[in-house]
Amino acid sequence: MPPALLEAAPSLFSIAPAVLAMVPALLSGCADSAHGDPAPAKTAALPALSRLDVLWLQRVSFGIDSTSVEELHRLGRARYLDRQLQGRESLPAPVAAELADLEITHLDPVRTIAEVNAARKAANAMPDGPDREAARKAFNERGNRLAYEAVRSELLRATYSPDQLEEEMVWFWLNHFSVHQAKADLRWLVADYTDRAIRPHAFGPFKDLVLATLEHPAMMAYLDNNQNAAGHANENYARELMELHTLGVAAGYTQRDVQQLALVLTGSGIRAGDPPRLKPELAKLYYQNGAFQFNPARHDFSTKVVLGRTIQGRGFAEVDEAVSWIVRQPACAHFISRELATYFVADNPPPQLVERMAKTFQRTDGDIAAVLREMLLSPEINAALGGKFKDPTRFVVSAVRFAYDGRTITNTRPMFNWLNGLGETPFGRATPDGYPLNEAAWASSGQMSRRFEIARAIGSGSTALFNSEGGASAAVAAPGFPQLSNRLYFEAVEPFLTARTREALGRASSQQEWNTFLLASPDFNYE
Amino acid sequence: MKRRQVLKLGCAALTTGAIAGRLYAAPATGPRFLLVFLRGGYDSLNLLVPYSSSFYYESRPTIAIARPDAASTSGALALTADWALAPAVRDTIGSLYQQRQAAFVPFAGTDDLSRSHFETQDSIELGQPLNRTRDYRSGFLGRLAGTLSGPASEPIAFTDALPLAFGGSSTVPNLSLKNVGKPPFDERQAQILDDMYADHHLHTVVREGLDLRQEVAQKMAEEMNSANRSAINTKGFELEAERMGHLMRDKYRIGFIDVGGWDTHVNEGAAQGALANNLASLGRGLQAFSQSLGSEWKNTVVVVLSEFGRTFRENGNHGTDHGHGTVYWVLGGGINGGMLAGEQRAVDRAALLQDRDFPVLNDYRAVLGGMFRTLWGLSPDQSGRIFPQVPPKDLKLV
Repeated sequence: MPPALLEAAPSLFSIAPAVLAMVPALLSGCADSAHGDPAPAKTAALPALSRLDVLWLQRVSFGIDSTSVEELHRLGRARYLDRQLQGRESLPAPVAAELADLEITHLDPVRTIAEVNAARKAANAMPDGPDREAARKAFNERGNRLAYEAVRSELLRATYSPDQLEEEMVWFWLNHFSVHQAKADLRWLVADYTDRAIRPHAFGPFKDLVLATLEHPAMMAYLDNNQNAAGHANENYARELMELHTLGVAAGYTQRDVQQLALVLTGSGIRAGDPPRLKPELAKLYYQNGAFQFNPARHDFSTKVVLGRTIQGRGFAEVDEAVSWIVRQPACAHFISRELATYFVADNPPPQLVERMAKTFQRTDGDIAAVLREMLLSPEINAALGGKFKDPTRFVVSAVRFAYDGRTITNTRPMFNWLNGLGETPFGRATPDGYPLNEAAWASSGQMSRRFEIARAIGSGSTALFNSEGGASAAVAAPGFPQLSNRLYFEAVEPFLTARTREALGRASSQQEWNTFLLASPDFNYE
Repeated sequence: MKRRQVLKLGCAALTTGAIAGRLYAAPATGPRFLLVFLRGGYDSLNLLVPYSSSFYYESRPTIAIARPDAASTSGALALTADWALAPAVRDTIGSLYQQRQAAFVPFAGTDDLSRSHFETQDSIELGQPLNRTRDYRSGFLGRLAGTLSGPASEPIAFTDALPLAFGGSSTVPNLSLKNVGKPPFDERQAQILDDMYADHHLHTVVREGLDLRQEVAQKMAEEMNSANRSAINTKGFELEAERMGHLMRDKYRIGFIDVGGWDTHVNEGAAQGALANNLASLGRGLQAFSQSLGSEWKNTVVVVLSEFGRTFRENGNHGTDHGHGTVYWVLGGGINGGMLAGEQRAVDRAALLQDRDFPVLNDYRAVLGGMFRTLWGLSPDQSGRIFPQVPPKDLKLV
């Protein structure tokens, strides 16, 4: 991580002495309210949510802000959840404007792939020398820029979308159907993958989600199915489709099933430029969806047997048949339910909850919204509240949502750098298994001290968050370090602080330090 | 011991100088092991040069390294009648070799023939059989650390993120030593953070993390203050390696570091050039590492490996493409160095795999497993847990 981004920059701000003077006063206010003597300023606000409600809200969002706290209070959990599952609320205007400005918003993958191939070909055809180096450099810079735009879009949506649960599910599925931007030409494709394959299917049905990822060039390239053809099968995608995407590793399928599924998948790949020239009898079997294509000339037309089901060789229809069969297996319902519960409920989710979710999954043919409802309104999640360690994404996004409550940042680079320092950038997982969802993976000693440093960077006010993305300083005065001791804090955080955290906050010698301790506290790092 | 006491001790040690930085009393004996992973597939043929092979010179018209010349003190260094060491590491690794503190294992690597960086790096770090489903949460260094446990283990990754190799071992601290600034928190702040977690199950790791940063910062201060430092301002990997050496001398016993920049498809260079510069920096770093370990160097073994070798022939861009078999380095103050180990064969066209690159005659799991077995006296059962299905092979290096 560039150290500059972790440096506190107190010299950039004039620390208003009044604010410093306020800290002890605010803290004594805390103590009062803890003894049930609310300060008058706070009674004007809505009555506070219960501790469990606040924790629950953190599970169904990337962290609390004033709007979500108010809404949960107004609606209650069940209606709040209904609204989140309906989704499709509009983004705040400044965020929508930022996203509209991104190049990725306007790219067509078919054209992009053709451009990428042409640019690479042109560079390779040039003689050795500075021109060729320059062409390569320009090519790579554009790829990196587009990959970063995809990250930027994800971070802005995670932080500001009113459809918080949907954004959590986008993160969850991006991680479940993980692709790595550094492989092949994925830098050009990850944004489209998110917007076309993942987000529209975030609440299911699960089968549609699997097929949407399958019919995307990003997945085809990432797991090498583009190289999977009759006569020289590549099993990489077939294996992960069962092991990581649908059934789980111990589901009882065999190497033979993997090989047979790989044959079903022969010919599925990427369309670059014009469709292939095919004999008439094959041409009618050609299928195309955006930059995905099924090329019957590369397909193995033999009869296959996958998980005991005989699939007649006939073309792309085999894929639909095989995927439908796989996602109907009880193992799939169980595997997906357990993973959801690991992310939303507990590192080791209660088996009876997973069982009920799996039943719902099977009864509804993979309706993820129904499974989420079962899980998020269960007594089991209530019992687990407060015990889930925030993974780096939840930590960073929730800190920014809380610290700048509703005020939109203009530059996501610092957030990206923080996530990079903690090892969990979007599209950054090299292996296809996705980032781990459990505490042990993120709470090593090195990661904890790094997390504290980032808590300080956020608590000290990273002005860069309000610079333009290009790095120019903010046109209007940057807001300096955030006032974490705000109304949201007094309503939804302060009443529930543990004695140890309260004591640490009392020892802070400046507002920045107070912010740092709060963001570093166990109270903030668990939900 | 409380954080505050640790820090006080550290400060006292600093002022007395003689035992500066020794916050942790290291057990008197016991091996230390560092794995250096060269990511990108380094061109082993321009490190360990098969100079008796005319086929090598025919295959690399512009990037071959010239045959050693006994009269020269700056060219390639002849190690055997067939192999010479690149000039770039002559003064560093070559010098260790002459002191029998360095050895090489040619034709080393993995069965993984994907020739993909990601695939092969992953499969090596996981160290699992290729013919069955991989568990991405279990790496071979993680299994080694788990097998040893206690003070014999003390693992650390000198990287920003925990590498796959340490997967499955959640207690491994990680800290990149590339750019280490001042400690992030002063003593008072660190104590407050520590106290905040006093009743929490993360208390131990929180304290360990804060202490490690503090400890490293103190070592940096030693670097700055030390009067007998060479005048040359070390930087880059050399400085990083020196810091690693100090930490491993005082505490850690199983280390991991990765070094990038080896994917030389274009303008690789020969005795001089991009690869030579990278090798020279690596060689200086490993030499600095050996020196900073002091007397612990004799108990330390370093293995340098890479995911694969490169094509035997140079390509059209004065570089080389992804290949297969490579050369592993084994370094250590107490090893049987000064030799080439493992199965070998004459270097000619017939020796190539798919008429393209070096075959693998020495499986990395057998080679590493053999060293681990000897270093720590592992039972067959323990060895089998670290590298399932592959019996350890004793190359008599350690």
